[in-house]
Order: sequence, then structure tokens, then C-alpha cells
Amino acid sequence: MKKVAVVGYAQHKILPNAGALNEVELIMPVVHKVFNDLGISQDDIGFTCSGSCDYLQGAAFAFVEGLSAIQTSPPIKESHVEMDAAWALYESMLKIKMGDADTALIYGFGKSSPGNLDSIISLQMDPYYISPLWPDRVSLAALQAQILLQQKIITHDEMMATVIEARNNAANNPNALLTDHVSEDLYQADSLISSPLRGFDCPPISDGASAMVIASEDKAFEFTDNPIWIEGIDHSIESSNLGSRDLATSPTIQNAITNLNLKNINFDVAELHTQFSHEVPFLRKLLNLTNVPTNLSGGPLVGNVMMCAGLDAIGKTFQSLVRDQSDHGIAHASSGPCLQHNMVVHLERHK
Amino acid sequence: MNDSKINLLEAPFELSYKYKRSSGPIMSKFFEGLSQKKIFGTKSKAQKVFAPAAEYDPDTREALTEIVEVGPGGTIESWSWVNSPRSHHLLKTPFAFALIKLDGADTAMLHMVSDCDESDLSTGKKVLPVWSENPTEAITDINYFILES
Amino acid sequence: MSDDQAPKDYKESFIHLEYQYTAGSATTTFLNQVKEGRLVGQSCPKCKAVYVPPRGSCPRCGIATSIEVPLTDKGCVESFTVVHIPIPGNPIVPPYVCAMIRLDEADISFLHLVQDIEIDQIRIGMRVQAVWKPKDEWTHSLENIKWFAPIDEPDVDVSTLRFKPS
Repeated sequence: MKKVAVVGYAQHKILPNAGALNEVELIMPVVHKVFNDLGISQDDIGFTCSGSCDYLQGAAFAFVEGLSAIQTSPPIKESHVEMDAAWALYESMLKIKMGDADTALIYGFGKSSPGNLDSIISLQMDPYYISPLWPDRVSLAALQAQILLQQKIITHDEMMATVIEARNNAANNPNALLTDHVSEDLYQADSLISSPLRGFDCPPISDGASAMVIASEDKAFEFTDNPIWIEGIDHSIESSNLGSRDLATSPTIQNAITNLNLKNINFDVAELHTQFSHEVPFLRKLLNLTNVPTNLSGGPLVGNVMMCAGLDAIGKTFQSLVRDQSDHGIAHASSGPCLQHNMVVHLERHK
Repeated sequence: MNDSKINLLEAPFELSYKYKRSSGPIMSKFFEGLSQKKIFGTKSKAQKVFAPAAEYDPDTREALTEIVEVGPGGTIESWSWVNSPRSHHLLKTPFAFALIKLDGADTAMLHMVSDCDESDLSTGKKVLPVWSENPTEAITDINYFILES
Repeated sequence: MSDDQAPKDYKESFIHLEYQYTAGSATTTFLNQVKEGRLVGQSCPKCKAVYVPPRGSCPRCGIATSIEVPLTDKGCVESFTVVHIPIPGNPIVPPYVCAMIRLDEADISFLHLVQDIEIDQIRIGMRVQAVWKPKDEWTHSLENIKWFAPIDEPDVDVSTLRFKPS
């Protein structure tokens, strides 16, 4: 099967409230940017796939409106995932590996500002036992944070250090939403939202869009001198039965470590789809990334466009490898409460 | 005459759906039990008890059919104190979400703990359910749990 | 499944979410004009197609439609259907007619109502014009047009109206 590379990526400036800009107006500039950077048009794209959540917009099939941003005449091969666009990337990879396309355009988009994100996300879970209790995403993440702290897998200091580092790293990212530095005093003074998570431990409500182009090895060098190869990509999901999971571990991350042979690779950079501060030290320990520069973009704590942040982790890793001409990058995308569903991507500069 | 041109057109809207959900044979027994102030779990061949009653063992994929009674009390496995309940939360005064392992069960149930202070809570504390006056055969037939005094 | 395992009665599950919707630049511009009693489409700078109501982009070229094009409120019926079920929350009495209205000089049609004519007289290609509500009732909505009514002009051959190839 053909190897696949990331050849281009663009991210909209992350906004706290896009206001008059609707989804189409957020998507168009990033798609045009990645096309212009590569000197291509929709005619060069064999397959288009998007990731979004209809209920951020508040209507069934709302994602179809996003398609207005794309040239669809003549008709295009297109698909959509009701997931983070990282999974649109996965579907696009499958399409290329099966031989149905040589190039793909992936885009993710989401405006969290119009709705109540807490109530929307609480409805994505078991409708019999969990959603009727309306548990919000922060409280659910907090339940896992509490367990990790109790079992001394992570510490409060590590959570604080993560927040401070994220804000410092935001200076590297012109698209970041939150760029103010946070001091230890400021962090300690911040009130708890759902213990042990403070406001700073949580991601900001964000609006935005991102786009990426991938290509098979037959085409990649037509688009760029710096294709970054998707050496490995793996994802698996735990049960929706929250109470049956051991939140102190991550079998899905263990699967990825095994399936992608990650133990034997020295990574140069990592970007994790860690929406809450405690998830960073937890995943860094699991993935053995303690000495690897992580979330140099600032990560979701400085800007978290729902349905894009996972694709953004992959895109930021791609950009790092190109900019620094380094060799191995690891990107992570996640979905569901308490890191239920995880994808790990190994990007490599050399084919 | 006012210039009625607006740069940003906004309007509030509400989205509501009423669904009818069927519970299936296992969960309907669980919900029927709740309306009678009982909590049921299901037991696998390996003797693992899932509560609330699960239809399948997520690790082995075994279809679970043996119903067993658990609780009604349980132990806190994890908790998160919500000092300022959000608009959609069911409880309007400070409370905790918690994972509670009911007595006799091997897995935890998500629910809420109320009528206490944040400082009273810790993992391992024992709790009891407070039952609704008007059960509707739903998970909310337990209003919340309270600390066993 | 045996009877004693049959599921109990259905239980109601109520989903309720609140949003603050924002219209987007193209829709905002369009509705600002509708508030003044004007129908204004947008056209693509590349292929010149005129879209109404505009979405801000041209599906043929994948670029922003930046040019505003004032349109008449006259057009023809490109297609129609007779609806026999009521609209929840709407006083309209079935049977009523929903039609795709193609305004003059527009490249696409949009959905609206057709009235002031016997249902069995309605036909594709029929010339129509908007019937507006009184000016003091106008809001930022296409409901400022109550419906489209027939006008005394010859029918149009709709095969000439196909979305022009680029």
C-alpha cells in the first residue's frame, strides 16, 4: 500500500467568539491558504473529508452548510465524520491506501461560542445512565484528574507547570487565543470549576477552522519539497460504560504504543490533544515523552477549537518537523470523556 | 428614520427534541428496580458484577443476563466538587459528581453527592441513595447520594 | 425475544439546548436588504453566477461571492409541490403550495409559497411576483414576503434556466 504524507496545513486564528463570521467564512480562508501555499485547487484533490459536530451549530446535518465553502461543481468525492477532523484524516488515509484517491483535503471547523458547550458535550454519552445526569465535560475530566492525583500518577505541581508552560509556548503560535502569561500565584488564586480543576486547567471556549492536505507517495513531491510521512496511525476506543473503566490507565494508548512500535523511537517533538492540564503529565508518562518538547504550540489550553484540536495537533507536529528539519514527531487526538478514544500518529520526515 | 442595517445579526434559538427510548430487557429491569428503591446489576460468568446493570461485559463481550441486587449503599471511588452549579445541572446548590461503587458491585456508577460540604468528601467514604418522591423509571429516580453518617 | 423479556413501555427522553445564532456576513447583508424591501443576491467574481439568498461562496469556483447584485422581486416557478399537512406552529391551512422561485437574473431558486391562484392552475414556468407584507411589519426575514402570486406575463421555458455551465 502507498505511503501517505502530510503536505500542507493551515489554521484560522482561534477566536473566543467569531461573531458575524459563520462556519463557511471560517473554513474558506484556511482552505484557500493551504491551496495557495501548495499552488493547487480543488481540481487537484481526489477526496475531501471534514470533521465537525452538528450540535455545536444546533441542527442535524449542519455540517452540510460547511460544504458551501468548498468548490463542489463539478461534483466531488466527499465524506464527513461527526468527530474531530483527525478522524477525517484517518478516513482520508484509508481512501488513499485503498487506491481510490491520491490526494485528500481535510478540514475541521467549529464554533463553540453560540451554544452551551458543557450541555452539548454532556449529551454525547450513554443516554440511559449518564446523560440524564447532565455531567459536564469539566466535571468528567475532573473525576479522572482526582484518581490520577490520588494514585500519585501526577501531581498538582505538574498541572500548574503545564498551564504555565502552555501560556509561555503560546508566544510561538500566532493563532493562539490565550497568550497572557500565568504565574504560580495567579494559578493558585484561580477558583476551582470542578475540583481539582481550576479555570486555568481547562481549555478556552474557541471558534475556528483548520485545513490539511495529504498526498500519496506518487504525488507528494509534486506538492512540496517537505512532505512529512505518516509512518504510523492507530486509534482505539474504550467502553462507554464509564464506571467499568480504570481511569488511572489508558489501554488505548497502550495499544498505540504496541501497534506503532513507539518504544523504539526517539521523538523530537510531540503535540497532544490534551484539553485539561492533568492529561499532559499523564500522557507524557504513558508515551515516555518526559524529555520530548511537548505542545510547543501551547496545545488546547491556549486555544481549543472543538473538532479541530486533534487535527491541529497533527498539523502543528507537521509544521515543527518541517521548520526544524527534525525527524520524528508524535501527535495525539482524543474524543469522549476521560480520554476514552485516542488516536496516535507517528510523523516522520524521511521516507 | 433609523438606519436598520445591522453588522451582526443575532438571534437566540432553542433546540428541543422529545425522544422515546426503549430500554431493552436488561435496562428495563434496572429502571423498574429503581422505581422500587432497588439497584440491580448484572453478573458475568467470571462472577464480575456490573452496576448499573450492563448488557455486555466490555472486556469479554459476554452478553450479561444474570440480574443481581446491589447496594443500596456504596463507596466513593472518585468525586469532583462543583461549587457553582451550571444552568443545566440538576442540583442548584453546590454538589459533587462521583463515581460510586455500590456494595456488591465491581464497577462504579456515575451519580451525584449532595447535602454535605466539600471538605467532608474523600475517596472511600460510604454513601446512601436519596430516592425521588416521584419515580419515573430513570436514573434520576435516585435524586443523589448522601454520606452515610 | 420471549414475552417476559419484551422491553417495557418507551420512556421519554427530553433534549434541550440553547444557542445564540449569528447569521454570517452574507446572510446579514442579504437580510439587511430584505428589511428594506429589497432582494439582493451575490455573484461570483470568476464565473458571474448570481446566488440568492447568498451563502458567501460560489460552489462552482470555491471562492467568496463578493459582488452584490440587486434583483427584482419577479421571477418564475421552477418547481412546486402541493402540501397537504400543516406546518407546526404556522397558521397556514393545507392544501398549500411550496415552490422553487427563480428570480429574474438569479442562477438558483429558493423555496417560498405561491398563493392567489387555484392550485390546479399552478404550473412550472409560471411568472410570479412577490406579495409583501405592509412595510411597518418588515423584519430581517424572507417572511416579509407573504407569498409569490401569478402575474400576467407569458410562461417561461424552464429548460432555458439551467444553472449555466462555467
